[in-house]
Amino acid sequence: MSTTVDTQQLTAKDLATDQDVRWCPGCGDYSILKQMQSTLAEAGINKEDTVFVSGIGCSSRFPYYMDTYGIHSIHGRATAIASGLKATRPELSVWVITGDGDALSIGGNHLIHSLRRNFDVNILLFNNEIYGLTKGQYSPTSPKGQVTKSTPMGSLDHPFNPLALAMGADATFIARSMDRDPKHMRAVLQAADGHKGTSLIEVYQNCNVFNDGAFEIFTDKGTKAQHTLFLEEGQPLIFGAENEFGIRLNGMKPEVVNVADVSAEDLWIHDSKNMGKAMLLTRMFDDPRKENGLPRPFGIFYQEDRYRYEEVLQEQIDHAVEVKGEGDLDKLIQGTSVWEVV
Amino acid sequence: MSSVTEKKEDVIILFAGDSGDGMQLSGSLFTSTSALHGNDISTFPNFPAEIRAPQGTVAGVSGFKLRFASMDIFTPGDEVEVLVAMNAAALKANLDQLKVGGTIIANTDGFDKKNLRLAKYDEEANPLLDSSLDKYRVIEMDVTKMTRQALVDSGLGTKEIDRCKNMYVLGFLYWMYNRSLDSTQTFIQEKFAKKPEIRDANIKVLKAGYYFGDTNETFTTRYDVKSANLPAGRYRSIMGNQATALGLIVAAKKAGLDLFYGSYPITPASDILHELARHKNYGVKTFQAEDEIAAICASIGASYGGSLGVTASSGPGIALKGEAIGLAVMLEIPLLVINVQRGGPSTGLPTKTEQSDLMQAIHGRNGEAPVVVLAPHSPSDCFDTAIEAARISLEHMVPVMYLSDGFIANGSEPWRFPKAEEIEAIKPRFADAEKDLDDGVYYPYRRDEDLVRAWAVPGMKDLQHRVGGLEKDFETGNVSYDPENHECMVKVRRAKVEKIADHIPLQSIEQGEERGDLLILGWGSTYGAIRTAVRDLIAEGHQVSHAHVRYLSPFPKNLAEVMSNFRQVLIPEINDGQLVNLINAEFDQRAIPMNKIKGLPFTAREIGERAKEMLVK
Repeated sequence: MSTTVDTQQLTAKDLATDQDVRWCPGCGDYSILKQMQSTLAEAGINKEDTVFVSGIGCSSRFPYYMDTYGIHSIHGRATAIASGLKATRPELSVWVITGDGDALSIGGNHLIHSLRRNFDVNILLFNNEIYGLTKGQYSPTSPKGQVTKSTPMGSLDHPFNPLALAMGADATFIARSMDRDPKHMRAVLQAADGHKGTSLIEVYQNCNVFNDGAFEIFTDKGTKAQHTLFLEEGQPLIFGAENEFGIRLNGMKPEVVNVADVSAEDLWIHDSKNMGKAMLLTRMFDDPRKENGLPRPFGIFYQEDRYRYEEVLQEQIDHAVEVKGEGDLDKLIQGTSVWEVV
Repeated sequence: MSSVTEKKEDVIILFAGDSGDGMQLSGSLFTSTSALHGNDISTFPNFPAEIRAPQGTVAGVSGFKLRFASMDIFTPGDEVEVLVAMNAAALKANLDQLKVGGTIIANTDGFDKKNLRLAKYDEEANPLLDSSLDKYRVIEMDVTKMTRQALVDSGLGTKEIDRCKNMYVLGFLYWMYNRSLDSTQTFIQEKFAKKPEIRDANIKVLKAGYYFGDTNETFTTRYDVKSANLPAGRYRSIMGNQATALGLIVAAKKAGLDLFYGSYPITPASDILHELARHKNYGVKTFQAEDEIAAICASIGASYGGSLGVTASSGPGIALKGEAIGLAVMLEIPLLVINVQRGGPSTGLPTKTEQSDLMQAIHGRNGEAPVVVLAPHSPSDCFDTAIEAARISLEHMVPVMYLSDGFIANGSEPWRFPKAEEIEAIKPRFADAEKDLDDGVYYPYRRDEDLVRAWAVPGMKDLQHRVGGLEKDFETGNVSYDPENHECMVKVRRAKVEKIADHIPLQSIEQGEERGDLLILGWGSTYGAIRTAVRDLIAEGHQVSHAHVRYLSPFPKNLAEVMSNFRQVLIPEINDGQLVNLINAEFDQRAIPMNKIKGLPFTAREIGERAKEMLVK
């Protein structure tokens, strides 16, 4: 459709709409919205060629606040809607905004299938480990034992590990970020935007009303360094206030070591193209309250270049046209066996 | 040897055998041959739900009913004249359809002790040996033995040889009805081009069956069904699902759009997907989704992007799509939802026909969610109705439900097809920044005189906007919880659908006078049976007419008036009374229901008899 390029540089403000943002004061969603607006402004997108598709949940209000095209659809189905849109309009930049309930519970099926199909779509999964819009029931990512309105004696469900699920579904771009680290989030969003294929970005997002502090251990100044591990391509896995700890692979088992005690070659060097290592990374999912647990990784876990569904779909059509010629309606209607009545 | 040739006007053959016996293929090949011969044709396949139900049992019987005639016909007919019974179960399952004096072609090999036991005949009682079939003419042949003999030197294994059995029977029937073997031979040559042994074996057995008739002295009568007196023109044979698929492709081209078809496999709708997938060179994008909900949602995404988005299913799948149809109602975007109805509720009777999803189509969503509902009435009418459904959806920014059913979907008939240029263009109402921006602001829910909003699709500069399932403000299109606004929007969405009545044809009388004693009012696949019954009733001097409703929501504006010219109105439906309830509620009518809920279509005779009961009153 439109191919005009604005010569004027966009700012984050240009991407805001006239609608009041209606999330609770202090919600982590504000930060994500802001980082998205900045990232896309910086990327110099065409607003009319960008579409945000969401499902249902607090996060799914997101499209109303982006001055692009947008659909606030029905619960769990954003990835399915995005699939049809991308299949027919491959030139558009399509973003899916979803949450832990929307993507992993009611929309779990669509999520895994869109990951394996690998449309060039970016999926932002806002994970707050709670149902916020319905006022505080446990979600598929809530830890076992979580006391919520629907689980007064504690949740019985074993929680999903969203990134391990994405690995299992053969996603081609898997990353994690957090609402409290704007710089990191912008870098991840940028990388996701650049990736050709489906990107799944899990964002740890604080629900300060129904699940306040769920990720505090990863975001609080006092504990962050100890419990988080920021992945950098080609760099060793190190963490701690002074980067004093590292991760070493003992066979298939990651273990924490003192950097001072080992030689540099002993440390695990991050390689986001290595599927086996990425699987281990997604499995670094220890309960942070556990003593001597592994830190939680953030950054790009895995990326792979694999064919995009919308491209091969078009290729089949082009091939059919090449072999059979552009469709002629009269030929189609009359078929192969015609008789004449006079 | 000499054989007598007798002229016939109208013949119904029922091919019946195990679901692996190739009866569907024999039936369709005989159909093609008859169509090329110039007969009017009508077919009705009837197969078991199981892909391979236990061999030899009544549950596993697959049937293909073919009617061909030298006159106009509208249904696959009532009473069968020739029953091909490949085994005892096939005979048992279908004997009640055979008319007295009809012919049974029995494969004696299928009547051995084992087959009789599986068909639950008393082992002592072989119907071929006792006198139970005295009312019929029985032609016995050991098809298995003769097929094996014909292929004794073929080098093929027994299993492969036995797969050719259906060709033997087909060949014999071609002899019996004076048909040419040409088109079937061409078919076999193309189908087995890469397997010459199989190709040659099938042709050899086909000919063996034909020669068996020619040389065996038992069969002295042959029949000739002359070509029908169809209106002049060019014809092809078409099945309902195929016609639906072709209609969709044509509609998209006529609208200048790409066609996107999101679907999940389900009986009896899958053949539309198969047909569309063959025509990718027409720019058709088919998408086999992970489930019914994804199928419709992907189609909504495609529609949002400016394609003709279509999804199809059958009743259970439509139930799953309900919420998404509601979304499309709210978004006010084009969407075509095809329901090839089958017996319900729940899984119901997957391979049998029913018209029981009309209420679901009209009401089956949460909230006040009006959609347009159309129903084709015959296999070839699927083509026109699919185009009409797409036209309304695209020109009025509204989801349209298209109600076909298993009977139409799998049935076939000759079709005097149109030229593409004769089909009217479809004109979607696309937004245009030049016209539609108001002081630089775009209001996506502003409406024209038909209450239709413009279609602004991604890529259109300066028309960025957000839509969603939440209620919209009438003016701005932004989310609104205002009580007055909600009531207004509910009424506007309803009024938009009702206004479509200004753009559809008035209800016509299909056959008969405009006033009289009885109007038989039908919808969907009952068309042929009603048409035949009314033709006969008129011929007998009754004042009976037939009207058939294609537009079920909104109804044509004159429908009440049409009905008011008749003393009585009868509404036959393959359900427990749905259209009749809608009509009686909306028009304060006292139309009489006539219902059949057996997974089978009406016969013309059933309708004729019911009409006569009403006429003597």
